Formats: sequence, structure tokens, C-alpha cells
Amino acid sequence: MTAAVALALKRLTVMREGERRALDGVVLSIRPGERVAVIGPSGAGKTTLLRVLATALRQTDGSVEILGTDPWALDAGARRRLRARIGLIHQAPPLPPRQRVVTAVLAGRLGSWPLWKALVSLAYPLDMAGARAELARLDLSDRLFDRCDRLSGGQAQRVGIARVLYQQPELILADEPVSALDPALANHTVGVLAAEAQARGVTLFASLHAVDLALAHFPRIVGLRDGRVAFDLPTEQIDAQRLDQLYSQEGYLPTQEGRPFEASRNRPLQSPLCK
Amino acid sequence: MQVAAALAPAERDPARWARVAIVTLALLLLWPGIRLTEFNPAALVDPANLRVMGQFLGQFFPPALSQEFLLLVGRSTLETLAIANVGIALAFLVAFPLSIATTAVLSQSSLGPARDAGLRRAIRYPLRLFVILLRGIPELVWALLLVRAVGLGATAGVLALAITYGGMLAKVYAEIYESTGTRAARALMESGSGRVQAFFYGVLPSSMREMVSYTVYRWECAVRASVIMGFVGAGGLGQQLELSMRMLNGAEACTFLATFLLLVMLADAVSNFFRRALA
Repeated sequence: MTAAVALALKRLTVMREGERRALDGVVLSIRPGERVAVIGPSGAGKTTLLRVLATALRQTDGSVEILGTDPWALDAGARRRLRARIGLIHQAPPLPPRQRVVTAVLAGRLGSWPLWKALVSLAYPLDMAGARAELARLDLSDRLFDRCDRLSGGQAQRVGIARVLYQQPELILADEPVSALDPALANHTVGVLAAEAQARGVTLFASLHAVDLALAHFPRIVGLRDGRVAFDLPTEQIDAQRLDQLYSQEGYLPTQEGRPFEASRNRPLQSPLCK
Repeated sequence: MQVAAALAPAERDPARWARVAIVTLALLLLWPGIRLTEFNPAALVDPANLRVMGQFLGQFFPPALSQEFLLLVGRSTLETLAIANVGIALAFLVAFPLSIATTAVLSQSSLGPARDAGLRRAIRYPLRLFVILLRGIPELVWALLLVRAVGLGATAGVLALAITYGGMLAKVYAEIYESTGTRAARALMESGSGRVQAFFYGVLPSSMREMVSYTVYRWECAVRASVIMGFVGAGGLGQQLELSMRMLNGAEACTFLATFLLLVMLADAVSNFFRRALA
């Protein structure tokens, strides 16, 4: 079932705490199989946008179409089935501290497993090989039977990613998926996500703080600022001036290492990772 | 008074009038209660009462220790323990599904929230009322009612515990779920998981220890409660103790009381052991 557009947002507005507009008239259309990164300063509305796309938050105004349907026009059962086709990678992985890694990863398929299978798997993990395979892609297969509270922040974040990979969603959403990883591992992990989306022909939409990662792995970049789309361009057309404007109050462009982004003005950027 | 007078007005405790007012108000509120309950400490030292009490207490020693009687004590103790155990087990069976059904954060419609979230909340409301009804009436009252319905004996005690403690466990379980964090469960529901699956994968891992700890504590309470319910005819140690007391048989009452004390201390120790082992 492939829709003509994976995501379509029209004049999307979300009000938070009454009057503040977290998102203000966002228009965005993404085709199936596209890989799009959203960048922007803190508080620009990136997380709110991802939560709307994950059907965790209902918009105040405007329309949302996800995988060909308006989630809020569906009945509860159909909405649940739609949610099973969407995977959101959270910045802070939502893992219960006392749960084992294998169970946390297998939980990715709760939306498609029947109840009996979910309950049996709680007592004896039914697809250890599947969980191990996803963890192996992220260099974590040796932590299969560790408890989640024994993991470092970076390891927990990758377990959260492994869960969404195991879910095999048609739409992969990622909210700062590598914020707790060192630069090399962050680059590898975003690479795994991009490769997964490419191999299965599914849509990837990720917010990233590190601009260099966005430029290296995504053909299309959306700049978000104050809840509005500042630009929506192919990666080749992003130059330092646009980035400067997007982050103007922060004073410098963030990179993975936290150093200012080095690029000359008005010239197409070459990411240090694009070699 | 001399100290207060010696102090300059600015150095006096500014809260003094408020405190005087609170104490006066408390006394005014308590007085009618004391009158209504006909509380009369003098009754304790009334010579006639003292003589009856003295005779009864005088029979306490030596306690009744005949083999036949000890067998009865043993059987009643086992019955009391059985009432507590079966009562708690049934209460758990009542409480566990109710706690999952009434937890607001496990609601699918609260994601978003969906347009029909208000309606769904309204549908869950009667269930909450039902839980309040279960625990709102004390187990002793249920036992009294059930003794009329199912006759004297342990069945009434077990059912009374299942009802009241079922309601209590359901409420406290639901509170534990909400307090141990529900982000994990909500994330699962956002990716299509059902309510029950989200509970077992997202809530239970973090809540289980607290649930076990509270259930063990409730079991300890159930042991005490099943003795008390015996007084209204719901079987076990309490029923025998009541019979002995009514016949003013001090020796038997003494043995029953001592057994009761031992049993409660034992339950306390078992409960402490489990809860410490889990901490």
C-alpha cells in the first residue's frame, strides 16, 4: 500500500500552553522513500513537529496526512494500525529501567503481534535472533540480555533505535536520534538509518542538531525556526548564509563536535563527512 | 509571662495569636464529640466494673493448654491464615484487571488527544465509581452482610476481603502505575501497541516491585482483619476468641489472644522480610 505522498502537512498549527504557537502554518510534503532532515535552533518546534507526525499530538489547526490518511479521521482501531506503521525514535529512549534489552527491542513489534504472542514473549523472548540482528547493526549485540538501566546513555539511545528498526515501519521518524553518541558513532548510526530507509524504500524524517550529519546523509533539508519553515531545499542548495540566518541568535553553527561549523560564505557546503 | 512582658512588642512571636486561635478552635470542635460519645474515664475505675474485669483477667492465668483445646487453636489459626491468603488472592484477581482498565494514562484516546477522548473518559468513569464502591465499605461491614447471606464461617470472611481489598489494591496499583512513569507505555502505544501490551511492556517492569511490596503489606493487614471479622462470625481465630470472651472464659481468651499476637508478629516479620528483600 504506497500512497502518493508519505507526509502532507497543510497550514499546520499547534498551540502549546494556550497562546504560544509551537508550529505556525507549516506546509510540507514528502514523497514515499524520501530522506529529509529537519534542522533549526532549540525551541524551533522540531520535537512538536515529530510528535504530530507520530500521531502523538493532534494539531490545533490545519491538516495532516500520514501514509495517505488523516489519522484523526480514523476510528480507534484503524488509528492503532496506522501507528504500527510509524516508528518514532525518541531523543531520550523510553525504556523501562528494569527491562532487558532483548524485550525492549522486541517491543517494537507489539503493534503487529497478537496479544498472546506479546505475553508469551514476555516470559520467553520469541525472536532473539531478530533482536540480536538489529542490535548487531548498531554494535550492541553483546548487550542482548543486559538490563536497560545498566546501559550508558549512548547505548540506551541505540537500543531505542534498534527497537524502531525491528518494528520495520513504513515511516521512520527520529528526534535527535544520536544526541548521546560520539561523532564517529553518530555518523555510523545515522548512516544505518539512512541505509535502512534506502534498502526498504521507506521514508525517513529526522531532526538533527548536528548540521554536518544532516548534510552528509540527507538529500533534502528543512530549516525550521520559530515554528515556521525557513527553507526547504535540496542539500546542494544549502549554503552558509542560510544556515547563518537559521541559527542567527545562537551565534554559531552547531556540529557534532560542538565546534563552530567552518564554511565560507555563499559557497555550496561540502560536509566534512562527504569524502 | 514575665519573659513575654520583658520583650519589646517587635520581638514577640508574630504567630502567637494564630496559634491561640487554632488551639481554641480545636477544643471547641472536640468538646461536642466528647459529649456525644459519653466518654467517661471514671467507668474504668468504677468498683462494680473493676470486679468483673478482675475476675475475667484473674482467669487468664494459667492459660488453657489442654491438648484438645490447643488442637482447636491450631485449626482456627490455620483457618485465619487461609482466609487471609485466599482473600488476598481473590482481591488480586479483582484488582489487577480493574487497575489496568481505570488507569487514564493507558488510554489510547488520550494520545493526541483524539477527538473522542472526553467520551472515552466518561465511559471509564463508572468503573472508577465501582472501585470506590468496593473499597468504600469496610471489610467488617461486608463480613456482617455476607454472614447473613452465606452463613457463619470462613466463606464470608474470604468474600469480604476480596471485595474491600480488591478495591484498595485496584486504586493503589493504578497510583503506582502513574507514579513510576508512563512514558515507556505511551511510546509503545504511539507505535500501535494495545493497552494491555503497553501495560506489560511499559508499566509493569517499573511497577512490579512496588506492587509486590504493597500486596504483601495488604496481606499482613488481611491477617489482622480476618481475626477481627471472626468476631462477627466470619470464621477463624476471631470467632473462637469471641465465643470464649462471651462465656467469660479467661483462660481460653488468654491463649487465643497470645496466639493472635504471635500470628500478627509473624505476619509482620514475613511482610518485612519480603519487602526488604525487594528493596
